[in-house]
Amino acid sequence: MTAPDHTLAELLIVACSELYRDNGEIVATGIGPIPRLGASLAKSTHAPELLMTDGEAFLVEDPVPIGPRDYEDRKPAGYLPFSRYFDSAVWTGKRHAVVSPIQIDRFGQMNLSYIGGSFEKPKVQMLGARGFPGNTIHHINSMFVPAHSTRIFVPGEVDSVSSVGYNPARRLAGADFSGVDLRFIVTNLCVMDFGGPDHAIRLVSLHDGVSVDEVKAATGFDLIVDGTPPTTAAPTGEQLEIIARLDPHNIRATVLKGNPSGKRG
Amino acid sequence: MGFRSVTTKTFDKRTTADAVIGKLRDGMTIGIGGWGPRRKPMALVRALLRSDLKDLTIVTYGGPEVGMLLAAGKVRKVIYGFVSLDAIPLEPYFRKAREAGGLEVLELDEGMLQWGLKAAALRLPFLPTRVGLGTDVFEQGGFKTVASPYGDGEVLLAMPAIPLDFALIHVHRADRMGNSQALGPDTYYDDWFAKAAKEVAISAEEVVDRLDHSYPEDAKANLFERCFVQHVVEAPGGAHPTSMPPAYGWDMAALKAYAASAAEEGGWDRYRDEKVGPDEAHYLAQAGGIEAISKLPFPIF
Repeated sequence: MTAPDHTLAELLIVACSELYRDNGEIVATGIGPIPRLGASLAKSTHAPELLMTDGEAFLVEDPVPIGPRDYEDRKPAGYLPFSRYFDSAVWTGKRHAVVSPIQIDRFGQMNLSYIGGSFEKPKVQMLGARGFPGNTIHHINSMFVPAHSTRIFVPGEVDSVSSVGYNPARRLAGADFSGVDLRFIVTNLCVMDFGGPDHAIRLVSLHDGVSVDEVKAATGFDLIVDGTPPTTAAPTGEQLEIIARLDPHNIRATVLKGNPSGKRG
Repeated sequence: MGFRSVTTKTFDKRTTADAVIGKLRDGMTIGIGGWGPRRKPMALVRALLRSDLKDLTIVTYGGPEVGMLLAAGKVRKVIYGFVSLDAIPLEPYFRKAREAGGLEVLELDEGMLQWGLKAAALRLPFLPTRVGLGTDVFEQGGFKTVASPYGDGEVLLAMPAIPLDFALIHVHRADRMGNSQALGPDTYYDDWFAKAAKEVAISAEEVVDRLDHSYPEDAKANLFERCFVQHVVEAPGGAHPTSMPPAYGWDMAALKAYAASAAEEGGWDRYRDEKVGPDEAHYLAQAGGIEAISKLPFPIF
């Protein structure tokens, strides 16, 4: 069966929705349009058990469409304000966040804080560590990278370590890092996981028309490749309909430069 | 033995924004409630901007107040979980100050900040957490660890208390005794800012004589008991340009104009003169008045 026409953004939304498969009853947080639509698609299809918010303070059982809508256009089923986020979702381990850092290294350490210079005088101040230290030591995390390149997948260590990864040099003796659980990285080229030796980053699937060499050239560290990776699953017609309903203003078309087709080969 | 004379004692915490700011001293540690561009006590912050205060340490989930206080030269140190305007991800004056170097900061994970406030509120020296371990936040903040004295022996980060000299918080309703009601979908960590502080000023959209007479049905919206409140200021529109649902949404046009001023020559001086102005009446008038503010739509997330 041939997959219906779809954009790469829609393929990535489907890939992000797969990240939440069999996670159980946890809070699904997708930061940015594609990860958020991925979480909403997961909850609307294979993972109704997921908890999700309206983006503000209320838990909803019907994922709220993204973009402009009526403020009251949501049906609250529960309540998860920031005022109880840490004790309800983060520090209890009941969450899977899909985030987009500015740098990722071979240990899965992410940087969200600054680029270049020093902490005292950063060349470019970015968002700061925000919730990354607590997220990564307590619950599941995955990453979404819209433009796979060596600027993001850096050689060596990230400029500032905002999150806990699998770097043995940063494992303080006596501390409990058993909550660290990095799952997947979805990029515009491929899907990767942490399934290599000592949690090394490994290629899981290639998007249509992408080669292993292309991914390797865009990655600043050695990537584990086991055999010939499969092609990332394309969206089904049913998934595309649900995505269109969750994104009525077609914000997904604005995320990737040129809004390319998902069929590149 | 006689009876004490029967007198009626007045119990009234009502005051003005300027009188509150008059209680602050150079070098104090000031906690500011709200979250990014939401629920910020901006009327009190504007009074602070008009004052001669300096060398303050600001503790906050930062929004535009951090950039304004930095631009106005009021700040020696910022202790923050983030400094953001949401739709404008990075506060522009904060970014400028960071990239110029020389600003003392304590960058915390968002959860660490509320944990430090809780330690201060509970009069503890620290609270243990795993958060920060294995990241640069640990070294940057100069944190220390503590080992569990029980069988597990786990090594944890000891998050030091963040005691505040003063906290500034904006709510929807208050009364002369310091009772308050904070409505809206999320009140963030305002209650812990109140309890972590030696002295607290709340500004309110509406101040009544007694909340038990005017709004008894909303008593569950009382976020912190009045023993934590020393000063009550009436400030309708007092969170503008930040959001204060269900009273009003944020003023994104005003926030964008403010953000743009950071890139303009003399931008801050112009913002201070034309927007902040000499008093709150001026500010509200240039913002279109309370009627226009009350019509600002709520942000969609």
